[in-house]
Amino acid sequence: MLPGTDRMPDVIPWLILVPLVWASLAFLRGPGRGGRLALAGLAVQTGLAVKLAMQISISGVQSHAVGGWGAPLGIDLYADGLSAILLLLTQVVVLLLVVYARAYFIAHPEGVSYFWPLTGYLLAAMNALFLSADIFNIYVTLELLGLTAVGLVAARGGTESVGAAMRYLLAGLMGSGLFLLGVALVYGTYGTVSIAVLAPLIEAEAPSAVFVAVGAMLVGLLLKTALFPFHFWLPPAHGEAPAPVSALLSALVVKASFYLILRLWLQPFAPLVTTAAAQLLGLLGMAAILWGSAMALSQTRLKMLIAYSTVAQIGYLFLLFPLVTVTSQEAAESALQGGVMQVVTHALAKAAMFAAAGTVILSLGRDDIGGLGGVASRLPVSIFAFALGGITLAGLPPSGGFIAKWLLIDGALNSGQWGWVVVMISGGLLSAAYVCRVLRRAFLPMEAGARFNSPARALEWSAFTLALMSLLLGVRSAEVLILLGIR
Amino acid sequence: MSTALLFPLTGAALFVMGVAGLLLQPHLLRKIIAFNIMGSGIFLILVGLGQRGGSPDPVSQAMVLTGIVVSVAATGLALALARRLLDLTGKMQLPVPGEDAARDGPDA
Repeated sequence: MLPGTDRMPDVIPWLILVPLVWASLAFLRGPGRGGRLALAGLAVQTGLAVKLAMQISISGVQSHAVGGWGAPLGIDLYADGLSAILLLLTQVVVLLLVVYARAYFIAHPEGVSYFWPLTGYLLAAMNALFLSADIFNIYVTLELLGLTAVGLVAARGGTESVGAAMRYLLAGLMGSGLFLLGVALVYGTYGTVSIAVLAPLIEAEAPSAVFVAVGAMLVGLLLKTALFPFHFWLPPAHGEAPAPVSALLSALVVKASFYLILRLWLQPFAPLVTTAAAQLLGLLGMAAILWGSAMALSQTRLKMLIAYSTVAQIGYLFLLFPLVTVTSQEAAESALQGGVMQVVTHALAKAAMFAAAGTVILSLGRDDIGGLGGVASRLPVSIFAFALGGITLAGLPPSGGFIAKWLLIDGALNSGQWGWVVVMISGGLLSAAYVCRVLRRAFLPMEAGARFNSPARALEWSAFTLALMSLLLGVRSAEVLILLGIR
Repeated sequence: MSTALLFPLTGAALFVMGVAGLLLQPHLLRKIIAFNIMGSGIFLILVGLGQRGGSPDPVSQAMVLTGIVVSVAATGLALALARRLLDLTGKMQLPVPGEDAARDGPDA
């Protein structure tokens, strides 16, 4: 190959531009329009994300200066293995959810409103977030992500959804305000916001203002990630939204702010983080697992049960901080791999579970768990998808959730912190308990006189594909972990 | 006291007032105004800490301009939602979850 021809065209800016373009076109076409545009756009984006992942695995981290300006006045974009995994995950999950949502909104047209353009803008914000190389750009993308997510929650327009959207908006604004305060203090101290430039500066010297900054950014991001006790806004926002929106928010949006915590914790702020802070995050994660599972067990409505299960599963993500901080390299590496696998498998499984629940609710016209009788025989594919998602949450082999929990447990044992193992295993048992609570009802006979509409096949099979992927990831996890190793 | 410290300290005071208002005021309009006060405090810190040796710093000013655009958009969305809530419930307050569940009815 000639030296000039191996310079592959830059895919990075297109991952942000493509969703912006189709979202704007969908917006111009008016409410309820744009499903086909979304499908075409997502197909292109998935291709781009695959291409980026291949480029990264061949030639290492990729970067791009927007418009050729470069930092500090221009914006730099940057992608390593971790960003590639999340980009790929986002495009694949949303592609399947687009297939699901098209069928869903045909059966349920009053909920659609501006779903398509908002989804496109949400994707543009999320892709930009995963590609950001400086903390100010991260703030902007975080805010855009929050605003579009609020729009999606509010779209149905009833008191419950607008109230949930308002609560979500205020919590989000508080979170991003705290993050921006941190950015201001970091910029005031070091005169730069670039993550790569900050890392050596922080390692050399960190005045007390930087500790305040890191604290503010961390609390802001925890609020956005809905870690216990900041989870209060999540169950209403995720439970009240239409099913495709719940799936989008629970599977992906909370992961975006978690990704930021992880990235900032591992890269520029690594010299500042203490064992005490890491243990505190682990303890909050444990509280989230126990509280979220207990609340899920006591819910009467199906979607609220799944929303509380998200609160619990977010807790798992935070168990990785005590394991990656001030421990052996080996333990830290397997904990990090476990945490990222948990992000990926939970996204797939939770999207599948919300999608399957949406199908069930559409068919029955009600969403109380008590009225689920007979669903297993009428909607076997949806209930199978829900159960496969549940297997991943509970961490049973051969699911991706099993690999995630295995790696986390490995990290805990290697660093001598076996207490966390107890938490992980009991969390798995609790998830099995609330999933079985739903399944037990679904296998009971149907109530006499119950209403039932057969759903479109696309609804059932898109959820099933998501669930199957979360299961099969357990067999194909090596590729993900190799990609993660490229930093 | 030098102006180099005056701006960030005023900004910090505004930020704290804004956060307190956002948390403690039940009225939605007051919450939205409190959010704007909080934002102004952060912008003041950003500009105040950014100026080194008395000369203004273009990068921090560019960031504040971007921040203002973002907060105007957020305020607009918050006001639209608050108005919608006023139309639906007759109150400029966050509804208590579950209170109106019976009226909305079960839905996907």
